[in-house]
Amino acid sequence: MIEKELVIVGAGPAGLCAARIAAEAGCRVLLIDRSPLLGGQLIKQTHKFFGSEQQRAKTRGFRIAEALVADLKPFGDTVEIWQEATVVGAYPDSVLTVWTNGEYRKIHFQSLILAVGAGERSLAFENNDLPGVYGAGAVQTLMNVYGVLPGKEVVMIGSGNIGLIVCYQLIQAGAVVKALVEAAPKIGGYKVHASKLRRLGVPILTRTTVVRALGDSAVKGVVLSGLDENWNPIPGTESEIACDAVCVAVGLSPLYQLAWMLGAEIPYVGELGGMVPLLDENRQTTVSGVFAAGDASGVEEASSAMVGGRLAGLHAARFLGHLHPDHTAIDTECRAQLSSLRGGPFGAKIRAGLKKAEVKVHAR
Amino acid sequence: MLDKTGVPTPDQVLSRFPAEKDLLRPKAILECYEDIPCNPCSTNCPFQAIVIGEDINAQPRLIVERCTGCGLCVAVCPGLAIMTAALKNDRAVFQIPYELLPLPQTGEEWVGLDREGRPLGPARIEKVVRKADRTNVVTVSLEARHLYAFATVRCPR
Ligand SMILES: Cc1cc2nc3c(=O)[nH]c(=O)nc-3n(C[C@H](O)[C@H](O)[C@H](O)COP(=O)(O)OP(=O)(O)OC[C@H]3O[C@@H](n4cnc5c(N)ncnc54)[C@H](O)[C@@H]3O)c2cc1C
Ligand code: SF4
Ligand code: SF4
Repeated sequence: MIEKELVIVGAGPAGLCAARIAAEAGCRVLLIDRSPLLGGQLIKQTHKFFGSEQQRAKTRGFRIAEALVADLKPFGDTVEIWQEATVVGAYPDSVLTVWTNGEYRKIHFQSLILAVGAGERSLAFENNDLPGVYGAGAVQTLMNVYGVLPGKEVVMIGSGNIGLIVCYQLIQAGAVVKALVEAAPKIGGYKVHASKLRRLGVPILTRTTVVRALGDSAVKGVVLSGLDENWNPIPGTESEIACDAVCVAVGLSPLYQLAWMLGAEIPYVGELGGMVPLLDENRQTTVSGVFAAGDASGVEEASSAMVGGRLAGLHAARFLGHLHPDHTAIDTECRAQLSSLRGGPFGAKIRAGLKKAEVKVHAR
Repeated sequence: MLDKTGVPTPDQVLSRFPAEKDLLRPKAILECYEDIPCNPCSTNCPFQAIVIGEDINAQPRLIVERCTGCGLCVAVCPGLAIMTAALKNDRAVFQIPYELLPLPQTGEEWVGLDREGRPLGPARIEKVVRKADRTNVVTVSLEARHLYAFATVRCPR
């Protein structure tokens, strides 16, 4: 059994920011990520980010990842990092099982931060198992991390920010986006992203869905259908588009499994993307000493994941008896940033969801 | 309309243009029609010409007299939602953000596109500034009648 003071699972923006602040406070940290690259979702984001300067707005995502990793450099002695290490088990007696280098390792922790992010949802339609049907994450990883174009002519399903942004990145990479399809009556993501596609000639079809993919051994096209007010296909509105790739971007759901294995209370909160751990105002789950941050506790953005990560790191450190010298100032600042980021109409859903997922008094 | 199609209405577009007499010098056109948590245009303008205020979700507003048309905000906006526009004799002159390959070259003739990607007519590339962060700024001119319709350029090849 390996003894560790603070373990952080997930080295995306939330985990990296949590590690930095906890190290500043004097914790000895072990940061674990299953990927060979540090930065989580950020490593495949080639576009510039929104937010304010405090959350590194106008910087491209992968550059933010580089900056957050560089921020940990001064703490090389106290922050240990395991890459290509997957946490596969978590036990209520504060033990994690990690699969790395071809072996299982057991770790006993005093405090834990779950910053594991979210997983992509899929969509049921005929032939969705044909080669050429991708999730948006796979398309971005192929294209932006490995330089492989997943298709020449693509149909995108889903008009949230991910669908909109990945369309634009496909065009930058030289693909033609034949159409962006959205079942809802309105575009889901930011209109500035949608306008960027429209002026490059990409059709955006709202109240439309994919019925089936065409092809025998690979995608050759898709059949679309219009939808009525009750989201049912309208007979006679089917149309066909030739393409060699279909990209599905229909949202993310928090990865709640490790919290669940630890016995944390995990209600379903649709506004936050699905099952999420119940948190107190300091981001502690209903299991004492176990904290959560970032998309793992509700699907939002990298900006809020960074700030939430700082909060979780700050309070995990305090839990361990390491009060950060600027604890109160940082705490106040983080809360102010979060409420400002969530203040607008796009934050309304998150605000409603958080009310349901927050416990005022620590339960156990 | 914007919600369904991603294309702003002509009225929305007009609301972001200063009076034509003010366009003898270039001015920023802020095509950001929605409350989103974002403010780098405002914090980066060297002349404090873009106001967002305390609430980061508010839409940016241009103080026309302060804007020098320097184009810094064009390169900074993560939504690629800003261009500058000016009227010079019978030409409308724009600075637009451009992140695709190939990059236009000064002196070339490209195709001007409207907000739905439809061709408007020839667009003369006047100047290309390569930026370190890869959002290049291209100065382009079209016939003046395209002032309110122009959105971007397409490679003619
Ligand atoms: C296309 C796209 C565009 C986006 N654009 C923006 C934007 O413009 N602005 C913005 O603010 N946000 C944007 N986001 C959202 C942003 O990327 C995420 O909200 C953010 O990355 C969440 O951070 P996180 O640290 O919670 O999780 P992640 O970044 O998902 O990181 C989680 C990490 O945990 C690791 N992990 C998971 N499970 C385990 C395990 N069992 N063991 C070990 N490691 C594990 C993963 O490998 C990963 O590295 C975008 C996302 C996408 C997909
Ligand atoms: S063009 Fe220059 S002066 Fe005008 S708003 Fe943009 S950054 Fe400010
Ligand atoms: S930087 Fe661009 S997207 Fe952000 S508020 Fe300003 S105009 Fe809107």
